[in-house]
Amino acid sequence: MKNRWIALYVENQVGVLAKVSGLFSGKSYNLQSLTVGTTEDESVSRMTICVTSDDITFEQIKKQLNRMVEVIKVIDLTDVPLHMKEILFAKVLNISAEEKQEVFRIAQVFHVEVSDIGRDSALLECMLTERRNNELIALLRAKFKRIEVVRGGAVAIESISTSCR
Amino acid sequence: MDITGRKLFVKALQEEGVDTVFAYPGGNVTDILDELYKQDVIDVVLPRHEQGLVHEAEGYAKSTGKVGVCLVTSGPGATNTLTGLADAHYDSIPLVCFTGQVPLSLIGNDAFQEVDIVGMARGITKYSVTVRRREDLGRTIKMAFHIAATGKPGPVLIDIPKDIQTAAGPSEYPSSVQIRGYKPNEGVHVGQLKKAYKLLRAAERPLILAGGGIHIAKANDMLLQFVEKTQIPVVTTVMGKGAVPTAHPLYIGNSGMHGRYAANIAVSQCDVLFSIGTRFNDRITGDLNEFAPKAKIIHIDVDTASISRNVVVDVPVVSDAKIALEKLLEWAETKDTESWLARIAEWDRENPPGMRRDHGMTPQMIFEHVNRIFGSAIYVTDVGQHQMWATQYLELDDWHQLITSGGLGTMGFGFPAAIGAKIGNPDREVVCFTGDGGFQMNIQEMATAVVQGAPVIVCLFNNQYLGMVRQMQQFFYGKRYEATCLRRRRSCPANCKGPGEACPPYTPDFVALAESYGAHGIRVEQEAGIGAAFEEARSYTDAPVVIEFVISSDENVLPMVRGGNPMSEMILK
Repeated sequence: MKNRWIALYVENQVGVLAKVSGLFSGKSYNLQSLTVGTTEDESVSRMTICVTSDDITFEQIKKQLNRMVEVIKVIDLTDVPLHMKEILFAKVLNISAEEKQEVFRIAQVFHVEVSDIGRDSALLECMLTERRNNELIALLRAKFKRIEVVRGGAVAIESISTSCR
Repeated sequence: MDITGRKLFVKALQEEGVDTVFAYPGGNVTDILDELYKQDVIDVVLPRHEQGLVHEAEGYAKSTGKVGVCLVTSGPGATNTLTGLADAHYDSIPLVCFTGQVPLSLIGNDAFQEVDIVGMARGITKYSVTVRRREDLGRTIKMAFHIAATGKPGPVLIDIPKDIQTAAGPSEYPSSVQIRGYKPNEGVHVGQLKKAYKLLRAAERPLILAGGGIHIAKANDMLLQFVEKTQIPVVTTVMGKGAVPTAHPLYIGNSGMHGRYAANIAVSQCDVLFSIGTRFNDRITGDLNEFAPKAKIIHIDVDTASISRNVVVDVPVVSDAKIALEKLLEWAETKDTESWLARIAEWDRENPPGMRRDHGMTPQMIFEHVNRIFGSAIYVTDVGQHQMWATQYLELDDWHQLITSGGLGTMGFGFPAAIGAKIGNPDREVVCFTGDGGFQMNIQEMATAVVQGAPVIVCLFNNQYLGMVRQMQQFFYGKRYEATCLRRRRSCPANCKGPGEACPPYTPDFVALAESYGAHGIRVEQEAGIGAAFEEARSYTDAPVVIEFVISSDENVLPMVRGGNPMSEMILK
């Protein structure tokens, strides 16, 4: 079992997201995250999907997605050089002045922005990889009493191949 | 010039060559029905329930090779189709089901008879969509017929809001359609196929497992040629029965849960299993670890997703059965399989199929009469014991002779499907085998058969039980016959272990019931009456006839493999 990534080009139509997510629930596939947005072509959406599965199930997932009429293309991103980012907002609450300094130090180290601040709180805006976001959350959780987290799920795009550089 | 959606709808159906629509009315399809009234190219069949409607369309589609067309209203009309759609999805039957929908502006308001039918049907259709713009109507209908009939066929649901039906828009119905996400496999990877053939050629104990894909691809002749050329024996799935003529010396029988002893042993002993047009359902494989344990497995299927899903195969080939067999025939050479065939014949002698003959009428006797009498009929079955007996004892030699609900196992399928088959084939005899349980699940279709003048011959196996489950209760649940006796009344003792002298009478009286519908009813209780009953039944050409065969309650389907056990572990008595 490991995490695997799929990019999915689908028709930008009502019900397609439900159909794709329904496949995962209906067939008991383990969906980790799913993001969706339109592409340069308004009629096409691109989904970035992360699943946890073994090899055989993953093959089956790709085949099942491929056979959907609304799915235009399935790309397996698991072993492809990628640029991948996930947006994350983390609010740190009930902090002292000293702790606020700590938040700023963490922001510096993680290369994220402190995008808002209050009397006893601070908001971090992070655009990191999913894994780095996980690490940041773990750190914040360990250091502070109250945090509030919202994350967007990862989006990924294939790297520009070396021959094109 | 612009035309209304309802006019375009009828035009589309006519251009698709549709001759029959199975339709049940309701508030949100009255416009389309009104348009159908004004023409006489398309015949409208009114069933008595929407589940029966879809099964009728399935029987029609399976027996004619055309797409079955359904038209129902929104809400309950639509939800009643779901069982039929799921059945068609499992058995790859091409259907286009049109559902009416509340006007676009009311969707989401919990309007009268509004349901999200597209959402409900998503997992049990090949494609389902609501038409949201009048200008999309033509293309969407074209897509529906294209998707339903190509690749691995299946049901498509098109939901049409009432205001789309009445709105004016383009009059064109496209002659073809390009769908960027839908590319059914039309070729075959010759390299893979060569690998498969090499494996088969080197085999000492090769076996062909043929599934329903052979029928769908109309590859029966090809398969027969291949089998005769190579001398490789064949077993079939329930859906594949008849893939080669059942009387052929190289045909062993069905494999699987209620398969023939020799067929299941052959699967467990073969060294190469050449499977084509089957998806290795659990009813075929049993315990996956013990399935064909000595064999390298070749798997040919048109659906990529069917390959290496249940059984991990050695040589996968994505292809339509007919295309693959055409290519294989170019290479086919005769193999010496004589000693392997002799071993299989030996297994068959050890445990041949057969029922007792010492007292009373058995299902086998009924099928023997059927085999003698009906040379070229279309056989349709319901689901249950009679269905398994049909797959064990019916002799087939024509590609669409047996229509049965294999994947979903839908009780209530048989009788309406037989009506649909008869409507599609008025000149052929259609014989429906059903049980007293399943028949009652869509018995209202008696009226449909009568008004349509569809003289289907219904062979009703009345054993007074839901026999398939009763049989499991007998073997695995200490004869605790809970909820399977159809004679049971409140007055019965709570600890009943089977039928006795004091059992209450059966209800309904099927003969009287048939007659009340204006159909014919015959009751047969002795073997001696079978022949005469069929003779009488065949003389009726106006209305259906129900022959109620009163059979013993404790007749079982054997051999039998307990779900999840290896197929070689058959219960034989």
